[in-house]
Amino acid sequence: MAARGCGGVWRRAWQRGAGGPGPGPGPGPSPRGQRAVACNAKGGEVPAGKSGLAPWIPVVGLEIHAQISSNSKLFSGSQVQFAAPPNSLVSFFDASLPGTLPVLNRRCVEAAVMTGLALNCSINKKSLFDRKHYFYADLPAGYQITQQRVPIAVNGSLSYNLCIDNKMSQMVTKTVRIKQIQLEQDSGKSLHDDTRSQTLVDLNRAGVGLMEVVMEPDMCCGEEAAAAVRELQLILQTIGSSQAVMAEGQLRVDANVSVHHPGEPYGVRTEVKNINSIRFLAKAVDYEIQRQIEELENGGTILNETRAFDSKLGCTVPMRDKEGKQDYRFMPEPNLPPLILYDTKSLPANMNHQQVINIDWIYERLPDLPSVKREKLVEQYGILPEHSFTLLNEDGLAEFFESVVKQTQMKPKKVIGWVLNDLLSYLKQQSLTVKESPVSSFLLADLLNLLEKKEISSSAAKQVLAELWKGEGKTPLEIVKEQKLELLQDQKELEQICQAVIDGQENE
Amino acid sequence: AVLKDGLRSQVSAALKEGQVTPTELCQRCLALIKSTKFLNAYITVAEETALKQAEESEERYKRGQPLGILDGIPVAVKDNFNTAGIETTCASNMLKGYISPYNATVVQKLLDQGAVLLGKTNLDEFAMGSGSTDGVFGPVRNPWSYSKQHKEKSAPKSHSEDEESNWVITGGSSGGSAAAVSSFTCFAALGSDTGGSTRNPAAHCGVVGLKPTYGLISRHGLIPLVNSMDVPGILTRCVDDAAVLLGSLAGHDPKDSTTIQDDFKPFELPNLTDVSKLSIGIPKEYHAPGLSSEILALWSKAADLFKNAGAKVVEVSLPHTHYSIVCYHVLCTAEVASNMARFDGLEYGHRSDKKDSTESMYAATRREGFNDVVRGRILSGNYFLLKQNYEKYFVKAQKVRRLIANDFAKVFRSGVDILLTPTTLSDAVPYTEFIREDNRTRSAQDDILTQAANMAGLPAINVPTALSESGLPIGLQFIGRSFQEKQLLTVAKWFEKQVQFPMIQLEEVKRHDSGVLQHQKSASFS
Repeated sequence: MAARGCGGVWRRAWQRGAGGPGPGPGPGPSPRGQRAVACNAKGGEVPAGKSGLAPWIPVVGLEIHAQISSNSKLFSGSQVQFAAPPNSLVSFFDASLPGTLPVLNRRCVEAAVMTGLALNCSINKKSLFDRKHYFYADLPAGYQITQQRVPIAVNGSLSYNLCIDNKMSQMVTKTVRIKQIQLEQDSGKSLHDDTRSQTLVDLNRAGVGLMEVVMEPDMCCGEEAAAAVRELQLILQTIGSSQAVMAEGQLRVDANVSVHHPGEPYGVRTEVKNINSIRFLAKAVDYEIQRQIEELENGGTILNETRAFDSKLGCTVPMRDKEGKQDYRFMPEPNLPPLILYDTKSLPANMNHQQVINIDWIYERLPDLPSVKREKLVEQYGILPEHSFTLLNEDGLAEFFESVVKQTQMKPKKVIGWVLNDLLSYLKQQSLTVKESPVSSFLLADLLNLLEKKEISSSAAKQVLAELWKGEGKTPLEIVKEQKLELLQDQKELEQICQAVIDGQENE
Repeated sequence: AVLKDGLRSQVSAALKEGQVTPTELCQRCLALIKSTKFLNAYITVAEETALKQAEESEERYKRGQPLGILDGIPVAVKDNFNTAGIETTCASNMLKGYISPYNATVVQKLLDQGAVLLGKTNLDEFAMGSGSTDGVFGPVRNPWSYSKQHKEKSAPKSHSEDEESNWVITGGSSGGSAAAVSSFTCFAALGSDTGGSTRNPAAHCGVVGLKPTYGLISRHGLIPLVNSMDVPGILTRCVDDAAVLLGSLAGHDPKDSTTIQDDFKPFELPNLTDVSKLSIGIPKEYHAPGLSSEILALWSKAADLFKNAGAKVVEVSLPHTHYSIVCYHVLCTAEVASNMARFDGLEYGHRSDKKDSTESMYAATRREGFNDVVRGRILSGNYFLLKQNYEKYFVKAQKVRRLIANDFAKVFRSGVDILLTPTTLSDAVPYTEFIREDNRTRSAQDDILTQAANMAGLPAINVPTALSESGLPIGLQFIGRSFQEKQLLTVAKWFEKQVQFPMIQLEEVKRHDSGVLQHQKSASFS
């Protein structure tokens, strides 16, 4: 419906917000390799300028858009689904048909409250919706409904961990302040077909609920930014407020970057928009810091501009759309009354439960957050803290580990080695998720039990595991029998074998 | 004669007793629409679907299972309400030919109760205006221009050209709906009321025009002018009929989050015999500059009427009234600028052929699609919303709006039940005179007595009161407490009974029929 022109093949089409918008990096600095910023987990250090005069302090703030995990959109009943046929999930409201009105999705509000609580925010009992105006083909109403004045959650914090010098054993905990979390609508997608000079619009994503998490500029390098986003991603996935799959655009990061000398005010910042992988985030931020330092040291100035990260070239480039300063002409959204939330104390009697959201009720049902889960794992199983990180970093791995522990007599401290070194590295090598593992927790426990009962040796166990990966449905015991991998417990038999070996030796 | 009767007591009974069938009613209305085509009250006449709806209604009556008072009753709807399958234009090039896939909630409610939808009525483009003169389908003519009453009173004119150029406007922006009800082509019509758009044309056309409390009736499907002030309006020939319509339309709509959750109970209006417990407030600030002496006289006569019947009549003050119209202007244009942003030619509506770039297509689409009035309001609204102006204009206007609402609240708290004011400054003026001033000036003048009720969200009603010296209708306005429609309508009904407003005598419809039709080329009928 909204698409201009016909369908068919558009080879040189590119997508807004994904990849580089322009024909190349333009006149900016060329991509470079090694000169990464020397900021690290210890924090205090700052990269010295080339000139050796005053050092530079990089400042990094993030704005993260997390797509709310919900069956329907923020203000309409349309389904939310990734990669559905274009314009197949579009209600009259999503297409901004005249006379349609927004109706707030309760699930989205609950997800935002959960996220706010998980990020130690104060939840505003009264928040407001605003319209943010700009013209773009994938914004049908000509404005986005967001929460500019009074967002749903404010003043939180997020703790994350960083390894020092890439050593898992040396970790420091850092904290970034969360300025606010606001509910807002996603836009649709524009596909620009440059060959035919036409734009195709897909409104499936238009109106999907987003939480914009605004982090204060408390970070100083790509590594920190990446670690903070990774922790946020884990939290969102743990509480289920967002699936936060970056490859599907469910978590998109804008990084605000500036550099300044100590004791001076913050420098002019640039915004690197729409970064859709954690690895790229680290690269983009570091590149941008370095670019700014070089620019300034060469006597140049930093423009307050939006840039995109070109993952192929490994550099940031000015974005050609949304050039010039926009005045968004914010205005209260008149079709939505203030969003009122309650806690148990303020909950009015005789109120229909369908009509109200109780913050306390949501708080009580919040699952363990990753940090708590890690502590519990360390405490309960005596594993190293860094192991707890690895366990939580892979979806389902901690559960897998706990399940194995439950089914085996082997000590958790030993089990962890098998899970992390053998299972995980194999899965990584094969690009499999834990859920896709051909070896279930039951099979691994079975195998470890054989080992623990000394029925097989450790190296035999590895052999069995290698066989188990084939996923042929055999039990570890069957494989052991087939390949005769049992440890010999019978002394006589052992003696005979030894004798035979010695005899053979003598004969030579 | 049925066409001129009230719904509850007469028409409904006539239908039930089989004295008239829904199809006959529908056909008579359709015939009248044809013979009054020169009024330009309708943009689209949905003859086919109307007859089909009438037929279905007839079946229900035959089975003895009518859906209620509205079953089989021909109604008209202002062309800024979405109607599935019937063009919805807002009298704009932007939406010419636009057929909505859904019904506005109020339209759906009418259809669900068996009403017969005759067509869509004319208006100012996107309801921006107070004359019903600024739409792409041309101006609406006030039926009273052709009434015996007006002709007798206006200066004798022998030439038909004079007569042709001397017709008076309906007021607006719901002028098509007011003219349709006034000329008996339908029993009731929906208008919309943002600053007086229902009450103003009701006053000029001698019909009842009700603006309900904000939040009582769903706006879902009403193409918005100012979301925070818009309400669907009701135009009928008597107060009882307005109560019937209100009862069928009011109530919470899950599709409009600004409608109140409380259940609404439809009511029948009692015949008030004792007004001695009533307190009527006369706001002194409504002695506005430009108020015609005959309206002023009529207003005090009405006050005396209440006083003589034993009611308490007190002068009250709404001190911020003077600021209301400028404040309305800022808030109105700001929301207009925002609401009109969606008309970019991509998803629906007009799209320009200019396609050098997306931006140039937007610009050309909007320039071709909107008239000067709409574009002017978009421009000023965007100005008020600019970051550097927002505090100075928009926020300030919102604060003043609060003061205006507080004025009303104070007066009602002091014990006043209903406010009595004029609806318009004068009776309807001839079209040629009206267009001498621009739309902005006219709107500022014409909304002056009505828009404060929108700012405060209060229910208000125009009751036709008397004829002016030139034989044209004059109405007075009653403003009530929020959600106290029953009290407001009860008082209005009592007043209506006292004043005995004369019925329009449209004897020359036929002659104009042939003479004026050729000037209506711009109107499209389906």
